Amino acid sequence: MAPIAQFDLWIPNDTAEAREVQERIIGLMEQNAWPMRECFGVRLALEEAMVNAIKHGNRMEPDKQVFIACELTAEEITVVIEDQGEGFKPEDVPDPTDDENLENPGGRGIMLIRSFMNAVAYNDRGNRLTMIKKLGVENE
Amino acid sequence: MSTGTRRLDLEEVGDVTVAKFTDKKILDEGNIQIIGNQLFALIEEDGRQKIVLDFSNVEYLSSAALGKLITMDKKVKAAKGKLRLCNIRADIYEVFAITKLNKLFDMKDNLEAALQGL
Repeated sequence: MAPIAQFDLWIPNDTAEAREVQERIIGLMEQNAWPMRECFGVRLALEEAMVNAIKHGNRMEPDKQVFIACELTAEEITVVIEDQGEGFKPEDVPDPTDDENLENPGGRGIMLIRSFMNAVAYNDRGNRLTMIKKLGVENE
Repeated sequence: MSTGTRRLDLEEVGDVTVAKFTDKKILDEGNIQIIGNQLFALIEEDGRQKIVLDFSNVEYLSSAALGKLITMDKKVKAAKGKLRLCNIRADIYEVFAITKLNKLFDMKDNLEAALQGL
């Protein structure tokens, strides 16, 4: 399926800059008549993934950058987010819904990304996330 | 006193304090910090015991905002107070349900239900 829109860019390690890209991506979805509910889920996944890259991956270091790539087709949207940190192992992140973790203030971002996107994959190093949302396809 | 722009509209209904979020999006770390400080002040500085958080303006929130709400819940419990959440739209309720925080928080459909028996 040929892309309707695609772009990639490096941004400074700053959540305000990340949020501008977030608006650009959601804007593309809205222009292509994606339902509000799906825009909500993708926005939340983008927010969590970008904040993770800036805060946990790049550890807020101002000299680091975040790479973002986006491709929108008539059927799906794919977003890649890569930081310049050491990476992490997603399986090491405890389940935030376990009773003993339920009152922890953090640790819910990855779970929300997996819930609202249809496919989520990390590279081996754990510093690049690829996530896909298919138009009109709910997660189980 | 908390600093920064007021992020909560406060109203007293009997002995209950209703705090309504003024932001549509509770995403930005700085905003979340200010909101957290203003929420915590209700308990720690003003000594309020019964608090209802009204989400009717809120269209988006992130996991960072959930973290502040959890801390607020702990502070209210430590002060032997009561906290309820209300007017949460379906999209946002789903965020609470996915993370099972609907088990932790006392959530009501609307303000009237939240005030009842508090």
